[in-house]
Parts: sequence; C-alpha cells; structure tokens
Amino acid sequence: MKLKHVFVFIGGLFFGFGLAFGGMSKQEIVLSFLQLKDLGLLLLLGGSALVTAITINLIPKLLNNPILGGEFKKRKRTLNKRTVIGAIIFGVGWGMSGLCPGSAMASLGVGNLPVLIGIAGMFLGAYIMGRYFT
Amino acid sequence: MISSFMFPLGFLPYIIGGTLIGIGVSLIYIATGLHATQSSFFDTTISFFSKRPYFLQKQYLDSRGWRLTFALGVILGALIYTITLAAEGFFTTSVEWWRLAIGGFLVGFGTRLSKGCTSGHGISGLASLSSTSAVAVLTFIVVGILTALAIQSLGVLP
Repeated sequence: MKLKHVFVFIGGLFFGFGLAFGGMSKQEIVLSFLQLKDLGLLLLLGGSALVTAITINLIPKLLNNPILGGEFKKRKRTLNKRTVIGAIIFGVGWGMSGLCPGSAMASLGVGNLPVLIGIAGMFLGAYIMGRYFT
Repeated sequence: MISSFMFPLGFLPYIIGGTLIGIGVSLIYIATGLHATQSSFFDTTISFFSKRPYFLQKQYLDSRGWRLTFALGVILGALIYTITLAAEGFFTTSVEWWRLAIGGFLVGFGTRLSKGCTSGHGISGLASLSSTSAVAVLTFIVVGILTALAIQSLGVLP
C-alpha cells in the first residue's frame, strides 16, 4: 500500500462522509433541488467548490510540490460540442433519477442498495460511450 | 421566511457537508497533486476488463488504482456517517428501478462524453476557474431541473 493511496483513501472518507451528511445519498433530496423545492444542493456544491478553490489556487504558491512529491496537476478541459452534449445527456439522467456518480457511491455506504441498478447503468453508459463514440 | 421556503432542511447540513467534501478534495491535492473527481472512475475501472484502446489509454492505466481506492473511501465515509450520526439509520430510496437504470445509463454516457460530472466540472472544474466547466455545470443544472419538473408534471414521484 503506497502512502499516496492512504491519503486518497482518507480524502475519500471525508468526501463520502460530507456527501452523506449533506443528504446527497438520498435521491429524494437531490430531486427536491431539481424540482426547486430545496435549493440546499447549491450551498453544498458552492461550499465544496469554494474550499477547493482556495486550496488549488493558494497551495501551489506556497509549496513547490505536493507533500508526497510529483507535481500539482492542472485540470485542463477544452470547450467543444461533446462538453455541452454530454452535459445535456447527464442532465436528463440526473433529472430522471437524482443520481450522479459521487452520490451514487455514497448511497452504497448508507445502505441504499437499489442504487446498484443505477451504478450498473453508469458503467454500461460509460462503456457504450468509450466503445462507440470515440 | 425565505429560508424556510427555499431551504426547508436549513442551511447547515449542506454547508457542513460541502465543506467536508472540499476538505477531502483539498487533502488529496495537497498530498498528491491529484484532482479527486468521480466519473473517470467508470472508464478506469472498465480498463481492468476491456481490451479496447480507448480504455487502455495511459492516463486511465496510471490512475485506475487510486481512483478505485478513492471510491472505496467514499463508500466507507458514507457508512461511517450512517452508523455514527444518522438519526434515521440506513436509507433506501423510493425512486423506481427503471428511473435508476435509465437515468444511470444517461449519467454514465453523458459524464464521460462531457469529461466531467458534478464533482469533476462542479467542484474541481469551478475551483480551477475553468470556463469550460462553468458552461457544463450551467447546462446540466438547467437540463436537470427541466427534466425533473417534466417528470414530476407527468405524476411520477418522488
């Protein structure tokens, strides 16, 4: 077990705990946002993006390298048709089910086992995308 | 008045939950320089089983180990919340299986086509001040709302 995996695992614990604490492992709460009955999801998304923004914009100015070595990776994405069409398809799936990839994983931890059907669907969708649309 | 109307469960669960998620992503970034995001996990895990060149690209082979570790951490983190703090204990959704199946398929296909999900575009992308991710986030939130409202109007609940 590399030290990198230990940190990734502990970070994952915070991530999953936070998702469950914020109710995201309940599709009913995600859907209540998408039905505009409870806007809390925006606070959760905005809060997590804000904390992360402070870290990834500030830490590389203070440290030359990550603590375990390597480099601070830049997340590069170019805007094209696939970005937008993919986001539309994701939005339809999200609005139908209340599922997104991270919250689906956290759902397993709260014993929300019907979500396994959704995760199987996600693997199939990712496979069809990679197999026929690349 | 406005708070109970727009935030019936209050602000705190969302703000605390979001902060914890941000701490998790930050910890991984400070230690390793990696962006801990979710939807690439499907492609990198498929790479264990598929021989298609798309799934065997170097960045997937290099990251499939830690992405699996990350996913296990997320599951266990949610379990720890459930057995320590969740007043109602374990939870099972009442969303019908066909919505989970079809919705899940579209989520898998769409996030990989768009190269990001609520965490990749939503958290890491917005935090990186990426205009590409901002467009993606705006798009999936608007489409998600329209879809959920349309399904609700057909009488399909929750």
